[in-house]
Amino acid sequence: MPKYLLLKHYRGGPEPYRPFPPMDQWAPEDVEAHMAFQRHVQELLRENGEYVDAQALTPAQTWVRYGGPEAAPVTTDGPLPETSDLVAGWFMIDVDSHERALELAAYISSEPGPDGEPMYEWIGVREVMSGAPEPD
Amino acid sequence: MWCDPLDEGALRALVPRVLAGLVRRGEDFDAAEDALQEALIEALRVWPDRPPEDLRAWLTTVATRRLVDARRSEAARHRREDAVLAEPPAASDRASAADAGDDTLFLLFCCCHPELSPASQVALTLRAVGGLATREIADAFFVPEATMAQRISRAKRTLRGRRFDRPGDLAVVLRVLYLVYSAGHAGRVDLAAEAIRLARQLTLATPEPEARGLLALMLLHHARLPARFDADGRIVPLDRQDRTRWDTREIAEGVRVLQSALAVQTDERPPGRYQVEAAIAALHDDAQTAAGTDWPQVLAWYDDLVALSDDPVRQDPAAVLARAVVVGHVHGGAAGLRETERLRDVLGDRHRWHAARAHLHELDGDPAAAADAYEEASRRATSVAERDHLIRQAARTRAARA
Repeated sequence: MPKYLLLKHYRGGPEPYRPFPPMDQWAPEDVEAHMAFQRHVQELLRENGEYVDAQALTPAQTWVRYGGPEAAPVTTDGPLPETSDLVAGWFMIDVDSHERALELAAYISSEPGPDGEPMYEWIGVREVMSGAPEPD
Repeated sequence: MWCDPLDEGALRALVPRVLAGLVRRGEDFDAAEDALQEALIEALRVWPDRPPEDLRAWLTTVATRRLVDARRSEAARHRREDAVLAEPPAASDRASAADAGDDTLFLLFCCCHPELSPASQVALTLRAVGGLATREIADAFFVPEATMAQRISRAKRTLRGRRFDRPGDLAVVLRVLYLVYSAGHAGRVDLAAEAIRLARQLTLATPEPEARGLLALMLLHHARLPARFDADGRIVPLDRQDRTRWDTREIAEGVRVLQSALAVQTDERPPGRYQVEAAIAALHDDAQTAAGTDWPQVLAWYDDLVALSDDPVRQDPAAVLARAVVVGHVHGGAAGLRETERLRDVLGDRHRWHAARAHLHELDGDPAAAADAYEEASRRATSVAERDHLIRQAARTRAARA
């Protein structure tokens, strides 16, 4: 059964279908509803026996590389810190098919935003490579 | 026959028999399975000091007691104590008359109920028929134990109240066992061996030639497993495998099983897909060297395989693709490449299509095109071992061109 990462982003991805203001400008009850939906998705996945993992990331991203022998690691905020893709978190799922992964991603994208309206957020869907190949 | 009461294999062989007995006499599959799990835990505690004479009868009695207890507590919850306190229906013990094979088949039909999703069918089969612990099944599929537990209990809930008085769908059972086999090349639990064990039991329970075809296919594939990866875990393709490492005992058994299946087939009732695939595997296993492969004969079987579907390109593209590679070996790489063209719409974005074409470009003496196709394939691979293998193939053919 294939595993997928359903990725939520702070920024990046296709043009938003419906632009919305940052969450700190939402009504408190809309923020609550949004967060309740995230918990509900986790519950749903557990109920279905499709849950593997769910995590959220802080927005701070540091790029780091080997500095060379005897040198300290080299760090930077990245080339275009304001516009590059930035992952916010993920659900990892274990499902019967690619179609099922898309179905769940679309459901996650229906999460409530300001005034309880669906956010239509773009969700990145990535298949996880399995540990070993199918029989030849 | 004496056997160590705590021998794991013996204990696991008893699980489906006891469970089938309980379900046959009218217990709910869900409740019976829970009760049997509790009985097994109790057995591990009690048996070392006081091993019973009849292990199966002991497990049945303890599981039945648990079922009564469960019914009692549920009744208490519903404040209807007197309604359901009756003992369970007396064991008519039809189960004891039935042989082990019947029990296995009966349980496989329950676990492979068409209303369940494939993932649930696989999980429930491994738990209820294979006797594996939820933890082991979760490990095999690399999911959290809680997720697998939930998947199993949902599947059991779906079966709640279902009557199992009619034979199930054998084709679904065969597909589920093949799924278990295919998953078995990965995890920490040897699911391939488990699938072979279950398929062997199934062949004792049904005369259906396809069940034997599936067992033969598994054996004939499994025989090559020791040569399929090198010491560093890298994939070794069929044409480069050290054939002295193939398991000749498994090959002999696979061929014997396949012959017994094909022997009962007629022109009116030609062999099904597992028998055909097993025949192809047998031809590969029979070749002393890759160059000694009887490709025309392999192609004849692939023609049969493809002919099993009305619209093979849509219904069985994997078979059409594999056949195209064989066409390349018989009629040359260019002919094989032409065969792959009609799959472009269906498989064009899958790594297997590009990998097959890469191999055909090699046969066609065009390493540059082969390298490009291997590179395309590697970018679409869905497993780490396959991706690494395809990148190495791309590098190898790229270097051959230079």
